[in-house]
Amino acid sequence: MHVTINGAAHEVPDGTTVAQAVQRLTAQTTGVAVAVNDEVVTRGTWETTSLADRDRVEILTAVQGG
Amino acid sequence: MDELIIAGEKFGSRLIMGTGGAPSLEVLDQALAASGTELTTVAMRRLDPGAKGSVLDVLRARGIKVLPNTAGCFTAGEAVLTARLAREALGTNWVKLEVISDERTLLPDPIETFDAAERLVADGFVVLPYIGDDPALARRLEQAGCAAVMPLGAPIGSGLGIRNPHNIELIVEAASVPVILDAGIGTASDAAQAMELGCDAVLLATAVTRARRPDLMAAAMRSAVEAGRLARQAGRIPRRRYAEASSPMTP
Repeated sequence: MHVTINGAAHEVPDGTTVAQAVQRLTAQTTGVAVAVNDEVVTRGTWETTSLADRDRVEILTAVQGG
Repeated sequence: MDELIIAGEKFGSRLIMGTGGAPSLEVLDQALAASGTELTTVAMRRLDPGAKGSVLDVLRARGIKVLPNTAGCFTAGEAVLTARLAREALGTNWVKLEVISDERTLLPDPIETFDAAERLVADGFVVLPYIGDDPALARRLEQAGCAAVMPLGAPIGSGLGIRNPHNIELIVEAASVPVILDAGIGTASDAAQAMELGCDAVLLATAVTRARRPDLMAAAMRSAVEAGRLARQAGRIPRRRYAEASSPMTP
């Protein structure tokens, strides 16, 4: 299936979880937050939340600013 | 200096720093150390797998509390989502709410800001909204449950200082929550003026991070905020049109 991770198209196997999507970008799990289709997915549910075709995944962290 | 209290939390420094504009994390670290700040803003952005080092590590090593902002948001909906992501990523329910109206002026959008503030307060956030120098909006945001108000001195990064000191005084007079002068500070005298006008704290970034010597300017801002606070507490003399002798006029 096709999902978008931080604006880039990714082809991922059916059943891919949020945790696996995060691992495509980083091994870090602290200081990172995830939204799928503009809804926050809390860290405790990354392993159990599966992505669906055409999901938009945003993986954010803190950067210099403000 | 007396403590700054926001939402029941105490801070020994009345200088809140931003982290934008620093040429490197090393320069930022030195500037933060020189500033004496205990509260510093960060922005939330898409994770860059190639990024080296993290601003979070710098803040944690210095024991500085992280204040995530919603910089880059144009709507209440974007700001609320960004605040929730920041809460998830950073483990804090504090947020500097920033909803801008356009990229040319970066001026805050009062309608979207108020909408987002109401939603975030209802969701349990400690909300510190960045606003124009508008006494009416400041009062409404306080009534809506914001923990502080952050009026601008001048547009972000402009270094123009406090363009409407009278409005800042009006905001201070009416507020029961801390007033934090945010944006527009160009140099130390601007920060001192903010405190003399009665602001409880000053938030600045560019004036320090883009100074020729960020560490020196950070030290200057620290002293300016302290001097301005002391002057405010001391109570300035009234302005007079003519001289008033300070020595006896008769021999």
